[in-house]
Amino acid sequence: MTDLAVQVRELVKRFGEVEAVRGIDLDVAAGETFGFLGPNGAGKSTTISMLCTLLPPDGGSALVAGHDVVRERDAVRRNIGLVFQDPTLDGYLTAEQNLRFHAELYGVPKAVVPARMQLVLEMVGLWERRRSLVQTYSGGMKRRLEIARGLLHAPRVLFLDEPTVGLDPQTRSSIWGYIEQLKQAEDITIFLTTHYMDEAEHCDRIAIIDQGRVIALDTPEALKASVGKDRVQLQVDDTDAAIDALRERFGLEATIAEGNVTVAVEGGEAFVPRLFAELGVPIRGVSVARPSLDDVFMSYTGTTIRDAESAGGPDPLARMMAGRR
Amino acid sequence: MATTETRPAAASPVRVVIPPGGWRADLRGIKVVWQRELIRFWRDKLRIVTSLLQPLIFLFVLGGGLAQIASGGTEGVDLRTFMFPGVLAMAVLFTAMFSAASVVWDREYGFLREMLVAPVRRGSIVLGKCFGGATVAAFQGVIVMALAPLVHVPYSVSMILEVLALQLLLAFMITAFGVMAAVQISQMQAFMALMQMVVMPLLFLSGALFPLTGLPHWLAVLNRLDPLTYAVNPIREAVFANLDLTPAATAALLPGITWFGWQVPIAVQVLVVVLCALAALQIAILKFKQA
Repeated sequence: MTDLAVQVRELVKRFGEVEAVRGIDLDVAAGETFGFLGPNGAGKSTTISMLCTLLPPDGGSALVAGHDVVRERDAVRRNIGLVFQDPTLDGYLTAEQNLRFHAELYGVPKAVVPARMQLVLEMVGLWERRRSLVQTYSGGMKRRLEIARGLLHAPRVLFLDEPTVGLDPQTRSSIWGYIEQLKQAEDITIFLTTHYMDEAEHCDRIAIIDQGRVIALDTPEALKASVGKDRVQLQVDDTDAAIDALRERFGLEATIAEGNVTVAVEGGEAFVPRLFAELGVPIRGVSVARPSLDDVFMSYTGTTIRDAESAGGPDPLARMMAGRR
Repeated sequence: MATTETRPAAASPVRVVIPPGGWRADLRGIKVVWQRELIRFWRDKLRIVTSLLQPLIFLFVLGGGLAQIASGGTEGVDLRTFMFPGVLAMAVLFTAMFSAASVVWDREYGFLREMLVAPVRRGSIVLGKCFGGATVAAFQGVIVMALAPLVHVPYSVSMILEVLALQLLLAFMITAFGVMAAVQISQMQAFMALMQMVVMPLLFLSGALFPLTGLPHWLAVLNRLDPLTYAVNPIREAVFANLDLTPAATAALLPGITWFGWQVPIAVQVLVVVLCALAALQIAILKFKQA
C-alpha cells in the first residue's frame, strides 16, 4: 500500500483535435482534502472522469488508492465514492432503496449494511426521511443523499465533482459542514472540484487548473501569500483626483471596483497611514483585504475566474479558440 | 432539516471490507438490477394497467368487431380464440419494450451513471435489465392468460407452462432488442417514436392477428423475416393443442411456418428466437460498454 491516495503522471486526454487535459501531474496524500479549482471547461471534470475510470486517458498514468485506473478498473471502483454534478438517484425509489441498491452493487457485506446505512444517513440528516421517495426530496436533500451513498461502501477516496453547484447558500454551507465532519469521522481522502473560490479555501491543498494544465498547486495560504499584495479600497468623493494622486505620489495604478478606488500594495496596513498623510484628496473610508483565491487565480491566469468562463464557456473548442487569440 | 450527530471514527462500529469482484459480483449486479425493475414496475400501477389495456382492446374490441366479417375464414372458430395467442405475445411485447425504455429514463435522470461506475461488469447490468423486463412482461402475460376461458380456451397446466416459457423467452428477446436501441438513444420521445415505428409493423407481420395461410408473396417473405413470427407461432401451437379443432380449421388457422417449402419444426422456431435474443443481448452489451 502506498501513502498516496492519488498519483497522476503526465495525464492527457484529447477529444478529437482538442487537448482537454494536457499533461497533468498530481500527488494527493491519504487523508488529504484536495481541491481542483478552475473555470468551467478547464479540464476538471475530464480529469476527474479519468481518475474515476469513466474515461480512458490518452496518455500518462494515474493510480487511485494504489490501483491503476486503466488496468485495475474494478479495484479502483471498489475503493472510490463518487458524487457527480448531476443527480444520479432513482427518484422512484426511496432513499433506503437507493442505498440498498448501491450496497448490493458494490458488494457491501450484508451484515454491515443496516448499520452502515444508518451511519451515513444520520451523518447527512436524512435518517428520518429514509422511507420517502427520492422524488419528493429538495435539491439539497438529494445532494446530501448522494454524498451519503458515495460513503456507503466506505471508500478510501471520495470524489466530489462540484458538490455544491446549483444549491442555495445555506445548503452549500451545510454541505460543507458535512464534508468537514466527514474529514473528522472517517479516514478518507477527499478530492473535489469547484469553481467557487470561497469553497476552495476548505481544502488542505489546491491545484489551479486552466486550459488543461495545472498552473499552481499549494495550500490556500501559500497560494495567497505568493500573490503578496493586499487589496486596499478607498472611499472618496473625487475618484479621478484620487487615481491621479495615487499615480503621482505613490506610483500605483488604481482601478475602480464596486465604485471604490482599488489598489494592490504590499503591506496594506502599513500603507494606510501614508495614504492619509500624503494623498491630498479627502478620504471617507479605507478597507484593506488579504489576497483571496480570486486574486491568486487572477495573478496566475491574468483573468478572473468569471471572465475566463464567459470568454471560454464550457465548450473546450471555444476555450481553445479563446486561448489562441 | 433534521439535526445531525457527529460520530467520531472510534465510535464507528462499521468497518467495511469490500470483497474483490469476480462472478459473484456480477451475479449480485444482475440480481440487484433485476430487483429494481420489479420494484419500479410494482410501484407504477398506472403502467401495469395501461400496458394491459392495449392487448385487451385488440382482443375484445378489434377481435369482437372483426369477428362479424371474418367468420368465413376461420372455419367456425371464434376470431377472438384465434387472436388470443397473438394477444398473449402482444401483452409481453409492450411491457418488455417499456422495460427497455427505462434505460433511456435512467440516462435522462442520471441513474445510468450510478450503474456504470459500479465495480460490476456492464454485461451484468444489461442481463439484469433483460431478466427484469422478461419477469414483469411474463407477469402481464399471466394476467392475459387468465382470461383464456372468456375466448373459449380451457385452462391446462401444460399450455400454461409452455406459453409462460415462450413469453419469458419472447420478453427477454424484446427487452434485449429494446436495450440495444435504448443505449443509443438519449431522448424518450425519440425512443417512443422508434418503438411505434418498429413494434407495430413487427406485430402485424408476425401473424399475431391473422393466419399465415394464403398470404401474398411479399407479405409471406416479410413474415418469415420477422423474429416475432417464431415466438407467436409456437405460442399459438401451444394454445391450439388445447382445443378441439377440426382438421380443416387446423389447416386454415395453423399452417405452421415454411422456409422455401420446408416445414420448420417448433424446436427450430424456438431456436430462432433464442438466437435472436442472444444476438440482441450481445450487441446491447457491446453498445452498453461504449456508453
